[in-house]
Amino acid sequence: MCGLAGILCFDPDASVTERELEPMVAALAPRGPDGTGFHTEPGIGLGHARLSIIDLEGGDQPIHNETRTIWTVFNGEIFNYVELRRDLEQRGHRFYTHTDTEVIVHLYEEYGDGFATHMNGQFAIALWDRPRRRLLLVRDRPGILPLYFSRQGQRLLFASEIKALLPAMGSRPELNAAALDQLMTFWAPVSPASLFRGVEEVSPGEMVIVEAGQLRRQRYWEWSFPADGQYLRGSVDELAEELHSLLLDATRLRLRADVPVGAYLSGGLDSSGISALVRHLGHPDLHTFSIRFDDPGVDEGEHQLRVSQFLGTKHASVMCRKADIAASFPAVIYRTEAPVLRSAPAPMSILSGLVRQQGYKVVLTGEGADEVLGGYDLFKEAKIRQFWARQPDSAWRPALLGRLYPYLDLNQRTGSAYLKMFFGQALDQPDLPGFSHLPRWTTTGKTREFFSAGFRAQLAQDPVAVLVDTLPADFPKWHAFNRAQFLEAKTLMAGYLLNSQGDRMLMANSVEGRFPFLDHRVIEFANRLHPRLKMRGLNEKYLLKRALARHLPPATVARYKQPYRAPDIAAFFGAGDPPDYVKERLSPAALQASGYFDSQRVQLLLRKIEQGRVIGFKDNMALLGILSTQLWHQAFVDGKGSPGSYLQ
Amino acid sequence: MSVIEKLRAYVLDTYLFTSDQNALGNDDSFLDKGIIDSTGILELVMFLEEQFGVKVDDTELLPENFDSINRLAQFVARKTGKAAV
Repeated sequence: MCGLAGILCFDPDASVTERELEPMVAALAPRGPDGTGFHTEPGIGLGHARLSIIDLEGGDQPIHNETRTIWTVFNGEIFNYVELRRDLEQRGHRFYTHTDTEVIVHLYEEYGDGFATHMNGQFAIALWDRPRRRLLLVRDRPGILPLYFSRQGQRLLFASEIKALLPAMGSRPELNAAALDQLMTFWAPVSPASLFRGVEEVSPGEMVIVEAGQLRRQRYWEWSFPADGQYLRGSVDELAEELHSLLLDATRLRLRADVPVGAYLSGGLDSSGISALVRHLGHPDLHTFSIRFDDPGVDEGEHQLRVSQFLGTKHASVMCRKADIAASFPAVIYRTEAPVLRSAPAPMSILSGLVRQQGYKVVLTGEGADEVLGGYDLFKEAKIRQFWARQPDSAWRPALLGRLYPYLDLNQRTGSAYLKMFFGQALDQPDLPGFSHLPRWTTTGKTREFFSAGFRAQLAQDPVAVLVDTLPADFPKWHAFNRAQFLEAKTLMAGYLLNSQGDRMLMANSVEGRFPFLDHRVIEFANRLHPRLKMRGLNEKYLLKRALARHLPPATVARYKQPYRAPDIAAFFGAGDPPDYVKERLSPAALQASGYFDSQRVQLLLRKIEQGRVIGFKDNMALLGILSTQLWHQAFVDGKGSPGSYLQ
Repeated sequence: MSVIEKLRAYVLDTYLFTSDQNALGNDDSFLDKGIIDSTGILELVMFLEEQFGVKVDDTELLPENFDSINRLAQFVARKTGKAAV
C-alpha cells in the first residue's frame, strides 16, 4: 500500500512544483513510510509515498512507459501482475522494473480505457497520458482503497486521503451537511459525496476521466445479480467445490509479496477459513493476529485459540482495554476523516499496531465474506420480514424474529406491538428499494434528531431518496436477498467497513490488508448463486460452510455468527469520569461553536449516560456519532490536525 | 434429490447438526424428540416456502402437517399437487 497525491492544471502551460506536492505527500506519511517520489511536467504534478512490498529495491514511483509519455502513481496491489506482464511482454512491451505498478502503464497503452478490467487487485490509480493530455483516476471494484479529488479553480487536486488535498486547497474546509445527514443514516455518505464540501471520491468500480477541462465518470464494474432468475446450475457439492477452488486461487494470488504475509484471525468462519486456505496452500509458518477485549461479552479469545491450535499457526494477540479505545479515539478520527457511529475502528488500529510491531506489513483478512456470501443478521432480518410480508396478518410469522433477537419479549402485548411498529415497517410494500434496511436506517437515523435547528435548515433532501436515485436500473428486478446484498455492499461495506474500519486503521500503522473474499471472480461467482445457497432457512453462509468445512474444526463452522463489536459508550464512561477531551468536545461551548448539534439535547444524553440509565443501540450510536463529528471538526475545520500524542 | 431427501437433509443440517441419516426416522416426532422448538417450526415454514414455492397459512401450522418428515412430505405433496418421492 502507499499513498498518492497530485495536481492537474487545466491550463497546459501552467506548472506545478515539487514544493507544492511535498506537503500533500507528507500528509500521507503513514501510508508510505518507505520513501517518496515526484514527477512534474507542464500541466501536472504527481507525488507518491511508498510502502514497499513488491520489488523492494526498484519499485519507486512515479512509473512510466517506454517513451516516458504515460505516467502513473498507484496505491495498492495488482495481484495478477505476473500473468499480465508475461502477456504484455509477448505483445512487445518492455519493462524496466519488477513491480506490479509497471503493468498499469502498459495495460493502458494496450487496452486504453478498458485497461482496468484486466486487473485483479485493489487499487487507486492516477494515470497521466501526456500525448492526449488526459488524467485518469481509477478505483478498484469493491472500494478497498480510497481516492478523492477536488476542483479548485483551474486546478484539479487528487489524493488517497482528503487530508492530503487540504494543503493545496487554500481555504478552511467546510462540512458537507448533506453528507453528514447521510452518514447518520447509512454509516457513510452516499458515494461520491464526502464529509468535506467540494471534495468527492472516485466511486468503487469507476474511473474519472479528466480531459480538456472536462471531467466525466465512467463505470467499468458494478455489483450485478441475475435479473432473470438465471442462477448457476449444479448440485450443492459441485458449487461448493467451485467456490473452494476460487477462494483458494484468490488466496494464492494474495500471498504474492516480497515481504512475509500474515493473517487476521477473529475466531469466526471467514478469517479462520482464509488462514486454513493459506495452510492448505503449503505455507508452513503462518503468523496470525487477533484482538482481545477485557469485556467478556465481546471477547473471542477462546475461539481464536481453538482455530490457531487446530491450524498450527504462530499466534499473537493484543488486549484492547476500554481506556485504550478512549485514548486512541481522536487519532482514529483524524485517520478516518469522517465521523463513526461505533468505536470499532479503534481496536482495529491497535491490532494493526501489533502486526507492525511483529515485523509484518501485509495481512490477509476475512472481510467481505458476509456481504458476498450472505452472513449478516440484517439479511436474516430482511428475509424474516419478507416471510412475514407474504402474510402480514399472521400471528406467528413475526415470532421468527425471536430466533434472531432472543432478547425480544414476544409473549407480551407490548412486545408484539413493538415488533409490528419497528420490524413491520413497509410490510405492505416489500418491493420498496430499501425494504431490507428500513429498520436499521430508522435506528441509525435517530442520531439526526440531535441536529441543531440551524444545521437542519441546511438539509434539503431525504438521505434515502438520494441513495435510491443512485441505484442501477436492474435493481427492482433482482431477488429481495440480492437487493439487500447490493445495499450492504454499496453503503456500509464500501463507505465504512473497508474505509473507516479497514484501510484507514490498517494504514494508521503502515499495514496492508488483503481480502480474498473480495476478489472480483469470487464476487461475480457468488452473485450468480441462488440466494437459498447463501442462506438456507436462517443458516447463514451455507455454501461457504460447505466449501470450508473440510479445513476447520466443526465447532468453528457450526458456531453462531458473532458480529465484531467493541465497547462503545462504556469505553468513554465505563470507568467513571470520561477523558478531558470528551468533556471539552461535548461541552455547550464546543457544540455551539461547531453548530451541528443541539447542545441542550446532547447535555440530556450525557446526563442519562452519567446516571447509568439503560443505554440502547441508538444512545451508543448518538454519543459516538456526536463525539466523532466534534473531533472531526476540531481536526479539520479548526485545523488542529493530528492529535500526534495519540498516534501509535 | 426427492422432496423427502431435501427435507431430511434440511432437518438434519439445521436442527441436529449432522449428516448421519440414522439420527432421524421419517416418522420421528419433532416435538416429542425435542428436535424443533416453536420458532424452529417457523424457520421450517420459511424453508418450505422458498424451496417448494408453497404458501403456508397460520391455520395449517399444525402437528398433523409439520411434526415429522413423512407428515411434511405429505403436506408438500398436497400443496404442490406432486408426489413426495
